[in-house]
Amino acid sequence: MTTQKVLMCGNEVLAEAAVRAGCRCYFGYPITPQNEISAYMSKRMPEIGGVFIQAESELAAINMVFGASAVGVRAMTSSSSPGVSLKQEGISYIAGAELPAVIVNVMRGGPGLGNIGPAQSDYFQAVKGGGHGDYHQIVLAPYSAQEVSDITFLSFDLADQYRMPVMILTDGVIGQMMEPAVIEKKEVRNLLPKDWALTGCRGRKPNVVKSLYLGDKVLERHNLKLQERYRQVAAHEVRYDAYHLDDAELIVVAYGICARLCKSAMNDLRAKGMRIGMIRPVTLWPFPSRIISQVAGTGKSFLTVEMSFGQMVEDVRLAVNGKSGVHFYGRGGGEMLTREEVLKEMERLYAQLRGGKNV
Amino acid sequence: MIHEEIIIAGFGGQGILYAGKVLATAAMREDRQVTYLPSYGAEVRGGTAFCHTVIAEEEIATPVVTDPTAAVILNTPSKEKFEGKVRKGGLIVLNTSLTGDIHKRADAAYVDVDATEIAERLGNVRATNMVMVGAFAGRARIVPLEALVSASAELLHGAKKEIIAINEQALKEGWKIGHG
Repeated sequence: MTTQKVLMCGNEVLAEAAVRAGCRCYFGYPITPQNEISAYMSKRMPEIGGVFIQAESELAAINMVFGASAVGVRAMTSSSSPGVSLKQEGISYIAGAELPAVIVNVMRGGPGLGNIGPAQSDYFQAVKGGGHGDYHQIVLAPYSAQEVSDITFLSFDLADQYRMPVMILTDGVIGQMMEPAVIEKKEVRNLLPKDWALTGCRGRKPNVVKSLYLGDKVLERHNLKLQERYRQVAAHEVRYDAYHLDDAELIVVAYGICARLCKSAMNDLRAKGMRIGMIRPVTLWPFPSRIISQVAGTGKSFLTVEMSFGQMVEDVRLAVNGKSGVHFYGRGGGEMLTREEVLKEMERLYAQLRGGKNV
Repeated sequence: MIHEEIIIAGFGGQGILYAGKVLATAAMREDRQVTYLPSYGAEVRGGTAFCHTVIAEEEIATPVVTDPTAAVILNTPSKEKFEGKVRKGGLIVLNTSLTGDIHKRADAAYVDVDATEIAERLGNVRATNMVMVGAFAGRARIVPLEALVSASAELLHGAKKEIIAINEQALKEGWKIGHG
């Protein structure tokens, strides 16, 4: 493959970008709407001398990632909502063992087995820690095929740099939609050699990969080390796009596929003279709280738009901290928001705001 | 400003998804913004297959087409499903070999194409989809014929030369009808 523009679905772009990012072990278990990732990897991994395994379960797949990562290999697993729930134990162990890993969740409708429609209702699980313990994973939410590629390259570097799990959070539409993309690495990071990996200890002290820490305050010390790392991530890795914050009276906050709808609606309404702006979080953890906090205040209101019944809106409220009104619009259960309904809600809220009513 | 939201629909096996991909690939090579979304719901085998293709100059808000500017319809169940959904002033391309030529909409433009017959005459009924895409593009003028021909060949890389050649012929025949 060349680095020319290709027309591929988000799932395939993700798989190819992972291969080019150096992923050499992929473990998966089938579930719609992410099967294109596994299908692509089953063909591609043997071509490059990598490993593709269709595991016996999601639990097995995430623990295979644990194993591959422990020996220093770039490894990835992917699934969709119900399958990602099953991986949570493994993710917590990987976080505890300070291992890099890339986990993909192509979200579908829930709860339970739900349906196969696109959704954003796994936000809580992804950013608040679906597994047990005081851990975080970096969560990245692309909104186009091109960004799927860019974020996939970035995810492997972030995972290695901070030795922690990174989740790529997309949805059924981003996964299934074909769109032009150039699959190439854009950012270069200087990464340290993986001197912690289990590579055979002849001539050196054995390395230990574990998440069990017994003894007086040993686990607390381990946790404090992790917390310090999370602070570093929060300080250096926040990513977002911001539009028209200078004059905006209504600021829309949306990520992933919703952000596309909102951006297009915002552009139409601005053309009619409405002062609407937008913040598009690219990292959901760490969340772009600072920019939201900075712009919050008198004369500004926020509208969070999600394909859920209100999850990210809680982080927006925390960042706003009472300085502005925070509104919510969304739908769930695997139903796709339309551009028209988002536009109507933005228009309605803006008019209400301008009318001086208490918003 | 170009902004086309196209539904291509027929039955499974008519190459509906391929038709959408040819159109989308041609648009990409012309440096347009483009999205393509197959129906990935739990479709019944032999049921209606359709795909959404959006071609635009500006960034595309959503790949999901709810208010199509055009429908390319390859069989009767798809005509029943989508003829009424095309927006006012939109374009409906009918494969009259299978759908007949009754026009239910007075507020939309029609292109009637004997696409299945044309494809059979060219030697491969499976090229019906390319006749239809050619006819649509010939009328809508959003991508040139040459771009469609090379997109079709690009997507069929490794296929037999005869098949690529028939597809090219099918696109050209369709284009002539659409262009009028």
